[in-house]
Amino acid sequence: MAGVKLEEVRKVYAGNVEAVKGVSFEVPDGHFCVLVGPSGCGKSTLLRMIAGLETTTSGVISIGGEVVNHVEPSERDIAMVFQNYALYPHMNVYNNLAYGLRNRRTPKPEIDQRVREAARILEIEPLLARKPRELSGGQRQRVAMGRAIVRKPKAFLFDEPLSNLDAKLRVSMRVEIKKLQRSLGTTSIYVTHDQLEAMTLADMLVVMNVGRVEQIGPPLEIYERPATTFVAAFIGAPPMNLLRMKAQEAAALIDGAAIGIPEDGAIVGVRPEDLSLSTDGSQPAGGITLGLIVNAVERVGPETFVYGSVERGDDIIVRVPGQDAPGAGERVVAVARREKLHRFSTDGSRRLGD
Amino acid sequence: MHKRAVFNNRILPFALLAPQILVVVVFFYWPAGQAVWQSFLLQDAFGLATDFVWFENYAYLFADPAYYDTIWNTLIFSALVAVISLSSALLLAVMADKPLRAAGVYRTLLIWPYAVAPAVAGVLWIFMLHPSLGMVARGIKALGFSWNPLLDGTDAMTMVVLAAAWKQISYNFLFFLAGLAAIPRSIVEAAAIDGARPTRRFWTIVFPLLTPTAFFLLVVNIVYAFFDTFGVIDAMTQGGPAKATETLVYKVYADGRLGGDLGGSAAQSVILMMIVIALTSIQFRYIERRVNY
Repeated sequence: MAGVKLEEVRKVYAGNVEAVKGVSFEVPDGHFCVLVGPSGCGKSTLLRMIAGLETTTSGVISIGGEVVNHVEPSERDIAMVFQNYALYPHMNVYNNLAYGLRNRRTPKPEIDQRVREAARILEIEPLLARKPRELSGGQRQRVAMGRAIVRKPKAFLFDEPLSNLDAKLRVSMRVEIKKLQRSLGTTSIYVTHDQLEAMTLADMLVVMNVGRVEQIGPPLEIYERPATTFVAAFIGAPPMNLLRMKAQEAAALIDGAAIGIPEDGAIVGVRPEDLSLSTDGSQPAGGITLGLIVNAVERVGPETFVYGSVERGDDIIVRVPGQDAPGAGERVVAVARREKLHRFSTDGSRRLGD
Repeated sequence: MHKRAVFNNRILPFALLAPQILVVVVFFYWPAGQAVWQSFLLQDAFGLATDFVWFENYAYLFADPAYYDTIWNTLIFSALVAVISLSSALLLAVMADKPLRAAGVYRTLLIWPYAVAPAVAGVLWIFMLHPSLGMVARGIKALGFSWNPLLDGTDAMTMVVLAAAWKQISYNFLFFLAGLAAIPRSIVEAAAIDGARPTRRFWTIVFPLLTPTAFFLLVVNIVYAFFDTFGVIDAMTQGGPAKATETLVYKVYADGRLGGDLGGSAAQSVILMMIVIALTSIQFRYIERRVNY
């Protein structure tokens, strides 16, 4: 087992396309790191570089303190779970699991014992004699996991492993992956574009955008204190409401001068779940008050999303518990307390104040 | 489950099948039937009288030691052509599958030989290997080896095998390349991460996944070597020297067209047909079991 460290890692493809633009972070031994970002942000490329499937243009990648830039994937002692599972179609499940051990010349009795152990952990013992094409999506996913854990590698790499499963299975596999990783204590790096998966799995979240790291930290800390407007909008669903305002506009909407919006303005953010609909038009001390015209209402059962727009035109989402909500076309007032407001520089690249 | 088409009109299905059946009947069953019929006949030298002789033509063939030599020649020739053309094509395809700078050019050049007609391919190789004209032949002799395919049977066989295999490499290459492209990249990557080095990866992952292609090509190549190499042999050696390169299909032509023994030639083509049917069914029976579809 080992930590994984990246220093100023860059990837430039032929034709000068820079997919990864200088990424540095360190995953301590035994931690579960999730790389999250929209498609094309370079997260999969980065993972493939750690695996050794892509060359590193510059920078240093080390696994367990050893620089692996020029080490073949077969020598890096890592395991990877692919999006399409990449099971060997001509081998049965047993041989799929045993393949990596055989390549490392593990003695036969040990192979057998480790394959059966992994199969027991993942509850795929009855499937050992089957070929991959005779398995369901969820079973294939388990075999792919089995192939990773059977080798006891230094690190697990996951490349969107759940995106081919249906929604229900995805949730249960997510929980299982987390449990498995905790009990094995193996350093893991997991790539996903699903912010919910990212939030629930990670000890350490790395939010990426266009080849750069936007923010690194524990998931809840990132949720509470997003460093940029990109992170603010990407983490959390529905996304944070972002309002660009000048100082005097802010003074009109936000009670009290303490909030401190710079003269040239700022972007003020407030999460849909931090807004509440005020019935009497009262404004919490130091908070924001937004007069809305309701455009649409989505009732999903335990909560309701109210889509409205303020007078200036910005769209606002309010998340209210229960099913009691105004109808479309009604005028309402949404309020939030001051400590729930986030402020960013006008270009969205910096968090202000606190 | 296959969907069964139901026709209300009783004539329509037959009408739809008719063109295909017509082609097969005219170009296969009719000549094949004629060959079988003719193999029971014996004509005199002037073509004035024809006798029905039952299996006399066959009996005569099987009593002739030269016929067994021809069968042996054919087997050696076909096996060598199939092995050489399949293995070289696989090697070339594996190399062409790598992300090379001029991969497109390289692939196109490798496909060209397939457009060369068999007789032209034969002439081309003769120019290289002719004992007194050929550049390559001079090179071989300069190295101190004796080389004369016009007189030496082994040399002649080597020459026709090379020419026939060379012509088939492009075809095999094309199929192998398509087969390689159909293997998902992530499977090969997974094997790399699983600790398999390139050679081991090839034999444990890539090759097993190529077996359907390889099996199909084996069948096609054997049939090619049995029948389609006539042009190569006719252009290069005419079955010589001393019948060292005479294969079954060439002997059918030599005895029937040149020797005027129509009955005997027909009997040979019937035997040839049965050998190919037997070989193909053996391949499907025993080799196909080891193929991973």
